[in-house]
Amino acid sequence: MFLFRHANKSIELIDSFLNLIDQGAILFREGVKNYLYGNRESFLNNLQTLSTLETEADIIKRQLENLLYSQSLMPQLRGDILKLMEDLDNIIDLAKTNLYQFDVEVPFIPAELNQDLVKLTELSASAIESVIPAARAYFKDPDTVKEKLHRVYLFEKEADKLADSIKRKVFHDMPGLKLSEKFHLRYFTLHIEMLSDAAEKTADVLSIMAIKRTI
Amino acid sequence: MLYLIFLSSGLFLGWSLGANDAANVFGTAVGSKMIRFRNAALIASIFVILGAVFQGQGTSDTLSSLNAVDALAGGFTVALCSALTVYWMTRYALPVSSSQAIVGAIIGWSFFVDKPADYTVLTKIVGTWVSGPILGLIFAALLFTGLRYLLRKLKIHVIKLDSYIRYSLVIAGAFGAYSLGANNIANVVGVFITSAPDLLLDFGLFTLNGKQLFFLAGGLAIAAGIITYSKRVMLTVGNGILALTPEAAIVVVLSQALVLFVFSSTSLSNVLISIGLPPIPLVPVSSTQVVVGSVIGIGLIKGVREIKLRALGGIALGWVITPVAAGILTYVSLFFVQNVFHLDVTAHGQVATDAGSAAVQAASGMRYNLILPSVFLAALLAILTLVFIILRQKQLRLHTENELLQQQNSSYLAQKNLSTMEISAIQLENDLLNQKLEYRKREFNTMVLNITSQKEFLQELNQKVEAIRKTNDSDIREELIAGLSLMLKQKMSFSNETEEFYSKVEQVDRDFRQKLSNMYPDLTEQEKRLTILLRLNLSSKEISSMLGISPKSVEISRYRLRKRLNLKPGDNLTQFIQNL
Repeated sequence: MFLFRHANKSIELIDSFLNLIDQGAILFREGVKNYLYGNRESFLNNLQTLSTLETEADIIKRQLENLLYSQSLMPQLRGDILKLMEDLDNIIDLAKTNLYQFDVEVPFIPAELNQDLVKLTELSASAIESVIPAARAYFKDPDTVKEKLHRVYLFEKEADKLADSIKRKVFHDMPGLKLSEKFHLRYFTLHIEMLSDAAEKTADVLSIMAIKRTI
Repeated sequence: MLYLIFLSSGLFLGWSLGANDAANVFGTAVGSKMIRFRNAALIASIFVILGAVFQGQGTSDTLSSLNAVDALAGGFTVALCSALTVYWMTRYALPVSSSQAIVGAIIGWSFFVDKPADYTVLTKIVGTWVSGPILGLIFAALLFTGLRYLLRKLKIHVIKLDSYIRYSLVIAGAFGAYSLGANNIANVVGVFITSAPDLLLDFGLFTLNGKQLFFLAGGLAIAAGIITYSKRVMLTVGNGILALTPEAAIVVVLSQALVLFVFSSTSLSNVLISIGLPPIPLVPVSSTQVVVGSVIGIGLIKGVREIKLRALGGIALGWVITPVAAGILTYVSLFFVQNVFHLDVTAHGQVATDAGSAAVQAASGMRYNLILPSVFLAALLAILTLVFIILRQKQLRLHTENELLQQQNSSYLAQKNLSTMEISAIQLENDLLNQKLEYRKREFNTMVLNITSQKEFLQELNQKVEAIRKTNDSDIREELIAGLSLMLKQKMSFSNETEEFYSKVEQVDRDFRQKLSNMYPDLTEQEKRLTILLRLNLSSKEISSMLGISPKSVEISRYRLRKRLNLKPGDNLTQFIQNL
């Protein structure tokens, strides 16, 4: 019966971890919006909470690693599961780093780009949020993973297109900006877009894992 | 004792069966570290013995009905030849099954003693060799489909599923071990059954007859094989089966257990007869071949197109090679046993005259009441177990305390080492500081001496200037001025100061001088000094005043030094020296 106790503990940890990633995506979206609309205090608040979530996610990931290996749980699948955790943890790390960059570098963002950047953030956050149900499905119902992942790929593609159009706008239609400001804007666009790329990478890992389980 | 000697070949066969076939039931669980080998071996041993003793009768009767090997020496030879065939074929990685070996050996015996085997039984047995794996395939396909449907329906969390799988593997393994004992015990002691003593041991809760005592001995031999030799096989075979996924592994173990159970259960056969169906042939089948059948069954359900034809070919090859090899070996061996050792390999239709048969006679029809001894034995075992547990607890406590002490000791040693290191570091620092202090002292003394000598020189200079000033005689003045000039020239040679300068430079860059002497041992003292000055990046003019020679001479010395250092025309001398 010890085995079930450890199994329940692992399930609890995985669920909490996925919740943290989900919350991280929401906080990232709110943080960027607050920065763009000049709500400094709310932005700092989002940053602080996201940072705490990231630390908690790291702790849970390590606990899970420890539990799966020390109790020899899931010898065939634990490598895959820990890889998935690692990739998801990377997403929340990226989100936190991005918000920190906003705080440290305080990029100048022209008001006419606000709308586009909010949309880009929405797309990236949605890509992350769509990975979470697929990850949950992997554990209980691997057959349905694939049908949940198509949304991630769609959001990622849209985010790519939008990021391209923002960069084009910055370099072609905004002659008033200094080159350094243009570079800065490109850099931040790229970083928001990278979150959706990370979500896509995790989706790839998940889809292979699901295939492995259904064989 | 004689029984044991003759039984030894059967027991050897049992041992090799335990070593090889236990992997089919617990390989997955042990290979994937889901259960420790020790526990797996214990469970497998217990269930193999239980299966052998309580359900081994059916298959053994079938084997003896093929042809009753009616002398112990004959049984010994038959079992030994089967064991040797299995051993050799395993060694050369040929597909082999002890069931087929023993049947081949019995046929060999039949030919030798000219007692034709019951071909109806033989057909039945050979039929099960084919139907065993096919039945395994069907069971595995059905179980796998059912399990897959159930898992899709229940949507169990993968980690919880892992725990269920672990427990299921242990339970299926125990069932598999029971069936293995029940079905394959015939291979081990089946040929001796006709020589079994006719006695009955009453243990109160259950009774054991002579045949069952043989089964117990065979079961113990299989258990010994499991405990002593099956670990390696379990790890390799287990990992091979594991490639399937744990769910499939359970199905394989379970379907194999079911097939072996079906082919050894007298009660199941009786049930079929009672409802008007044909009875199940109770025949020993090869567990490995059933496993292969089961794996193929799962492959079919999964839609894997590449069914392992080589594995199928292997089974078919085993069906032919094993019995033929065992039969020939038995025939040849019986010839030697009968003609060289003069032992009866058959009863020739009369009462056996060897000692073994005498023992059979003596023991026939006897009933022993062993209730009281078994109660005593059980009580003794309980007490021994209790004592063992208490001692073990004590040992564990001592072990833990010892470990704690060792940890404390090692942490104390680590602290001690750390302190020693700290002390030595401080000492080193002190030594360095002392050296520095000494150097400063010396510097200070030199400075004092220098000041004193400078003062003396200046006083002397003053006296001479005073003397010149006071002298009116131009000759004497000229002479005094010449003396003064000479004194100043001598002073300009800087003998002491220059020496001091070089010693200080050397102190700063001690390695350089050493390296220079090692690389260019032929350099003169003057050239070495020039090198040191060049390393300090001084100009020719500065060097000329330091060495008390003209700048032209410095240029010539530089040219000579270049030659001594073997420099090429394009090389920079100063850079070369600085890079040394």
